[in-house]
Amino acid sequence: MAVIELKGIKRHYCLGEVTVKALDGVDVNIERTEFVAIMGASGSGKSTLMNIIGCLDVPTEGSYILDGLDTSGATDDGLADIRNKKIGFVFQGFNLLQKTTALENVELPLLYDRGGRGGDAAKLAKAALERVGLGDRLHHIPNRLSGGQQQRVAIARALVTRPAIIIADEPTGNLDTEMSHEIMRLFTELNDSGITIVMVTHEEDIAGWTKRKIMLRDGRIIGEARGQDGGAA
Amino acid sequence: MNASTLVRLSLRSILRNRMRSLLTSLGIIIGVCSVIVMVAIGEGSQASITENISSMGTNLIMVMPPRGQNAANRLVIEDAEKIRREGVYVSAASGVVRSAATVIGGIGNWQTSVYGVEPDYLRIKEWSTGEGDFFTGRDVAVRAKKAVIGATVAKQLFPDDNPIGKHFRVAKTPFEIVGVLEVKGSNAMGSDQDDIVMVPLSTAIGRLRRSKYLQSIEISAVSEEYMDDAQSEVETILREAHRLGPEADNDFTMMNQAQIIEMASSIAKTLTVLLGAIAGVSLFVGGIGIMNIMLVSVTERTREIGIRLSVGARRRDILRQFLTESVVLSLSGGLIGIILAIALSVFLESAVGLRAIISPLFILISAGFAAAVGIFFGYYPAHKAAAMNPIDALRSD
Ligand SMILES: Nc1ncnc2c1ncn2[C@@H]1O[C@H](COP(=O)(O)OP(=O)(O)OP(=O)(O)O)[C@@H](O)[C@H]1O
Ligand SMILES: [Mg+2]
Repeated sequence: MAVIELKGIKRHYCLGEVTVKALDGVDVNIERTEFVAIMGASGSGKSTLMNIIGCLDVPTEGSYILDGLDTSGATDDGLADIRNKKIGFVFQGFNLLQKTTALENVELPLLYDRGGRGGDAAKLAKAALERVGLGDRLHHIPNRLSGGQQQRVAIARALVTRPAIIIADEPTGNLDTEMSHEIMRLFTELNDSGITIVMVTHEEDIAGWTKRKIMLRDGRIIGEARGQDGGAA
Repeated sequence: MNASTLVRLSLRSILRNRMRSLLTSLGIIIGVCSVIVMVAIGEGSQASITENISSMGTNLIMVMPPRGQNAANRLVIEDAEKIRREGVYVSAASGVVRSAATVIGGIGNWQTSVYGVEPDYLRIKEWSTGEGDFFTGRDVAVRAKKAVIGATVAKQLFPDDNPIGKHFRVAKTPFEIVGVLEVKGSNAMGSDQDDIVMVPLSTAIGRLRRSKYLQSIEISAVSEEYMDDAQSEVETILREAHRLGPEADNDFTMMNQAQIIEMASSIAKTLTVLLGAIAGVSLFVGGIGIMNIMLVSVTERTREIGIRLSVGARRRDILRQFLTESVVLSLSGGLIGIILAIALSVFLESAVGLRAIISPLFILISAGFAAAVGIFFGYYPAHKAAAMNPIDALRSD
């Protein structure tokens, strides 16, 4: 069963006279344990698509079923709960809370957990940080961590709630090549352990780590490729 | 997110900007402190006034000249006599005149208050002579030139001698001192009650004043429960004495102690409310300061808000977080204000002698009020934070 089912997704921005069609009819299914790269030129609608998949944004038109759950018609609170339970975000700019330790950053989603996992926050967060190889950096604040380490804290934060999918918008965009590949290696490990990952990237060699590539142009899918073809070798 | 997490979170963000938080709370600190101190001083003076009036006498009823400019004073010494003689519910009554005068004798002179009274006066005031005797009804009848002096006057004129039997003058009239009053000390308002000279009422009227009319008649009722009976009895007696027809208005005014206390304390209460309200304005200004800083804080922390929304915070979680922060800020300001107010009141009492009464209830009310200020002025910034679009918030820098 597909964990993500997008049908006829449109996202139009009305800017007075003109209408920007950031997404203009996207149909795609992503299966559980897939590792997908979304590619395309700047302005092709990649981030817009990620925001919709991540329930930060809602489509102007079309239907989105996440993990068997129809998201259309969900309230603001409903979307927040979906983000909390089913989705882990990894951003280009890490988006960690400053002056807050790695452990506390990772605990953050659990503080908003309405299923009562808040009590185990510290334990779960520690486990997640150990999983991304930062067991010895629990009490470091972001300023004291390298870019790659910060991104791994962000990944631990995305993991800690055991979401259905992790979505990452240019997760390696702010990292040098070596660190980028380190992050991709981590993603591959996580994917091998059964986590579904959807990521955006510009770079072919980064996309090469994934198992499926979806090409966007002007808000439409123009092509797809499957199989690993480089990078990871 | 539970309450303790919220409070921990807000304390941390408040402590992260210590100086700014302190300056922000300063408005609340000053506001709460001044409200409490102002009200405490108001309550203090109210209590002083009440005590002062209570110490004026026991079960006291006062008869005074009528109010109003054209009304003539018709209270005379015979009225006091008639009340004393006929009043069943009256245990003591005395006509009173008083004037400021310089008394000369002993080692020099002294400016004091001279009271013309009758022997009952001492009982009304629950006072007695420490040495010697008070003048008698007969002394009043014959306009005896006898005087009883307060301890302060005795000390000023006769510091080394026993004043009993000595003479002194009030204006041109010589008096013989027959008694010295027991020391009474200062009253609640701080004036010296021992700075007094008492002479027979008739002598005062005949020798020291140009008018035969009394300034007041002071009456003690037999007991507290008969105050009303005594008052109406006195009214009847005076109307009869003044030959007032059934239609005529009283040509005198009456007040009992309870009424006097009520009147005076209502003035003090108004004063308290006024002082409190003025101080309340500064609390309001403090609230605006909190709103200002919270707005700045929300703008600064836009990205944090975006992050929280992206990991699943509901809008009301964000609202609560910022609201808690402003309440913690104003409440801690309020608590500091309360502590300062207590310190200031203690200081005012011990150093300046100003009486200030802080009631525990009012402390609770002020703390609650500080919290309310935090909610009221924190709501708009918190609402602004909660209404943010997560995508825009995440994109901000
Ligand atoms: N809030 C918005 N209001 C108006 N137009 C928008 C908004 N967000 C995105 N767009 C437009 O939608 C289109 C797609 O934007 P999007 O951010 O998805 O591109 P992208 O593929 O992620 O590009 P990049 O590779 O540069 O990140 C762009 O033309 C952009 O200008
Ligand atoms: Mg983008």
